[in-house]
Amino acid sequence: MSVDSQSMGKPSDLVQGTLDLLILKTISLEPKHGWAIAKRIQQISGEVLQVQQGSLYPALHRLEQQGWVRAKWAETDTGRKAKFYSLTAAGRAQLAAEKENWSRLSGAINLVVQEG
Amino acid sequence: MPISQLRWTDKLRMLLHTLFGRKSADAELDRELRFHLDEQIAENRAAGMSEREARQAALRLFGNPGVVRQHARETWSWQWLETLARDTRQGARRLMRAPSFALTAILVLALGIGANIALFTVVNAVLLKPLPVAHPDRLVRVYEAKSNGAFQDNTVAGACFVRWQAESRSFLQLAIKNSHSYNLSGSGQLPEVVQAEQSSWNLLPMLGVHPIAGRLFNANDDRPDANATVILTEGVWKRRYGSDRSIVGRTIDLDSKPYTVIGILPAWFRYPDTRVQFWTPLYHEYSHEMMQHYDRHTFDVVGQLKPDITMAQATAELNTIQRQIRQQNPDGPVNDAVNLRPILDGEVRNIKQGLYALLAATGCLLLIACLNIANLLVARAASRGRETAIRTALGGSRVQLIRAQIIESLLLSLAGGALGVALACGAVQWLVHVRADLPRVDAIRIDGTAALFAVACIVFCGLIAGLLPALSASDKEILRVLQESSRSAGSGRSRAHLRRLLLTAEVSLTVVLLIAAGLLIKSYSAMRTSDLGCATRDVLTMALNQPKGVKTPQQIAAFYDVLLERVRQIPGVKAAAAITALPGQGSDGDNVYIIREHPPLPKGQVLDATRRFIDPGYFQAMQIPLIAGRTFTNDERLQRADKVIISEMLARQSFKGEDPLGKHLNVPAMDDLPRTLEIVGVVADTRELPAADPLPTIYYPLLAGTQRYIMLAVRTVGDPAAMAEPVKRTIASIDSNLPIADVMTMDEVIGQAAVDTSFEATLLAGFAVLSLVLAAVGLFGVLSFLVTQRTTEIGVRIALGARRSKSCGSCSSMDCARPSPD
Repeated sequence: MSVDSQSMGKPSDLVQGTLDLLILKTISLEPKHGWAIAKRIQQISGEVLQVQQGSLYPALHRLEQQGWVRAKWAETDTGRKAKFYSLTAAGRAQLAAEKENWSRLSGAINLVVQEG
Repeated sequence: MPISQLRWTDKLRMLLHTLFGRKSADAELDRELRFHLDEQIAENRAAGMSEREARQAALRLFGNPGVVRQHARETWSWQWLETLARDTRQGARRLMRAPSFALTAILVLALGIGANIALFTVVNAVLLKPLPVAHPDRLVRVYEAKSNGAFQDNTVAGACFVRWQAESRSFLQLAIKNSHSYNLSGSGQLPEVVQAEQSSWNLLPMLGVHPIAGRLFNANDDRPDANATVILTEGVWKRRYGSDRSIVGRTIDLDSKPYTVIGILPAWFRYPDTRVQFWTPLYHEYSHEMMQHYDRHTFDVVGQLKPDITMAQATAELNTIQRQIRQQNPDGPVNDAVNLRPILDGEVRNIKQGLYALLAATGCLLLIACLNIANLLVARAASRGRETAIRTALGGSRVQLIRAQIIESLLLSLAGGALGVALACGAVQWLVHVRADLPRVDAIRIDGTAALFAVACIVFCGLIAGLLPALSASDKEILRVLQESSRSAGSGRSRAHLRRLLLTAEVSLTVVLLIAAGLLIKSYSAMRTSDLGCATRDVLTMALNQPKGVKTPQQIAAFYDVLLERVRQIPGVKAAAAITALPGQGSDGDNVYIIREHPPLPKGQVLDATRRFIDPGYFQAMQIPLIAGRTFTNDERLQRADKVIISEMLARQSFKGEDPLGKHLNVPAMDDLPRTLEIVGVVADTRELPAADPLPTIYYPLLAGTQRYIMLAVRTVGDPAAMAEPVKRTIASIDSNLPIADVMTMDEVIGQAAVDTSFEATLLAGFAVLSLVLAAVGLFGVLSFLVTQRTTEIGVRIALGARRSKSCGSCSSMDCARPSPD
């Protein structure tokens, strides 16, 4: 997986699809702003996946245009205004589909890689 | 709520937000990115960095904020709209900086587009739009024809129609009609000659007409023994009867006989054309005997095909019937085949070719205009070579550059198109005014179809004019252009080549148009100057129509005596004569004749001659030379009118090597003249139409009193038009109820016969001249542009001692379109 900081100028299709999955999954529990999404992905992946803002914000806006996420301005814990992203019903369905797709794909890749 | 629907509303909300809330969306994006940056700075600070270090580290990690913003924005909808707006703004600004170029281009396009819209409007209204009747696609006109193809569109004989109606199974209905003019008089208004259609009772219902008052004809009106009935069109009802509904049930006088008005037709119904004012039932107007002939080709036939029958099937069936008719009637001019045309085709076939030729000409004009603009744009693009190269070097993609170029030319064609539509409105009005004789002229107006055509024209022009220069720009030249100094920038070799191609195409299209116009003008002037075979200078003509069935032959003959005598006495009149149709006015009909002294012809062969009825003084008055024998005498009238005069052509065809004088003719169709007619004279040929060959002609004595309709020809001293009033007054003093129509000079008669050709020739010549001007403007524009670009070079050459004449020479040759040798 190459979701690392250097190669994220303009993401390729494979990476883009994966980034969408990561974002959808991350905001599936509760609404989060961009910074929190990036931090969360970094944290959970054990500092392996670093999402650059150069990919994050275009991806978020694209998801919003597609109607999968909805954005809302709200106050953070520190009292600052930030744009919080949450899943729409369509986004939830998309997340399920992408999760399913991902496990099929990664399972298949594993089979190939570990064989012999 | 189903998911798809939810998504749809979400999407719509986003679309609207990014379209109308673009400014605030921009601001939000900025705030969002700043928040992210601030969080990063805060985290860095928490890790122990100083304020400055924290900010710098955060910015390093963040990368170029502008690029991030750009990428995020690109995911928004309506991005294309924004680029479009920007390109349009820039294009308009560029054009505004070159106002003379923009104005020339807009004017050129306006001319091209305007002419096309105007002509398309006419073609669409006259040739393409279905007739405003019920089932226009199932209605056909039926003509008699010759199976050997000698002619296709003969009018139909009454008896043939009866047989078709009885025996054909292809039609729901067949109807018969004929155009006729009546004298309308009485009710205290001036007498006038009115155009009417006589039709079988089923024609109007077949065309889907419902009267706005009263009723249509029924089978009982459509019989010789029925009461005389008439239906008014909306036009005459308004004009002459002041839209008075109580006219229904009253009587009006047609040809001095009372007709009961039974109905009024709606305004939309204008078949066959707007000149028709009355409808009368055909079988009432013609004797039973007249409808029994197979060889009197008089009528128009309209049929409605059965739903499952094609035109080819109907043609085949009618052909069989008509072939039988011919077998049963082997003598005389009875046809052996039929020809079917869609009803619209039947009405407009005479003007079709001319209109399409004109449309082709305006198409050429538009193409020339487009090439012109393309040419100028190519030259402009060449001068912007550096700009283009710099934009390409900075990452402007080829698509973007082409888009900018096309938007610029679309802007031009849009402005030109708007002006063109205005021009077209004027042109259409003018056309309708000068060609009121076109069929369906009332339907000509700029409508939705024409507007669509206009849009298509504009897009076509914009694309052609924009794509050519845009595609000619190639990326490969960037470096060369950037290295070149601004002095010589301006003409790559490929561009020069393209420019030359465009100029050549333009000039050759112009030449084609000029040649076509020249040919038409030549044939027109040949028509104008062709010798009709009679006097045409200072001759005044007018039509007189005496009512049907009122006067006896004696009275008619006596009227002609008095008329000619009184007119000849008017001061300023050199001579006066009467004839049923003047040379140049077309046909008065033709008849089959038999020469008594000759053996019978083989079966199926007939001799045919056109007919004219003349008074004894006609040949002298119209200066037609008498070649042998004599003209009629005043005494050869009524029952004693048993003499005829033949034309030289007929003498040559039928009396080879013998003297026609004293021979006798039988003309079966002339049943109101004596059976045997003696030839007493031979006269020189005249032409029925200016462009037609002379036909064999038989002249019958007008004083037989059988003809009610005559043309009066008056040869005058000096201006014939000035004599119109005295002559009309004289006629009114003889019979104040006699309407006079078509007062014109012989020159006008010839002009009218040539009006189609004259109109087409004038318009085509106009288009040709216009395209010549356009081509000249194009050449001038491109060359002057190139010369301006070479000002420095020419200056250097002159400074180095080049002679002025040489510089001029290099500019005036086609070399100028080539890049200067460096």
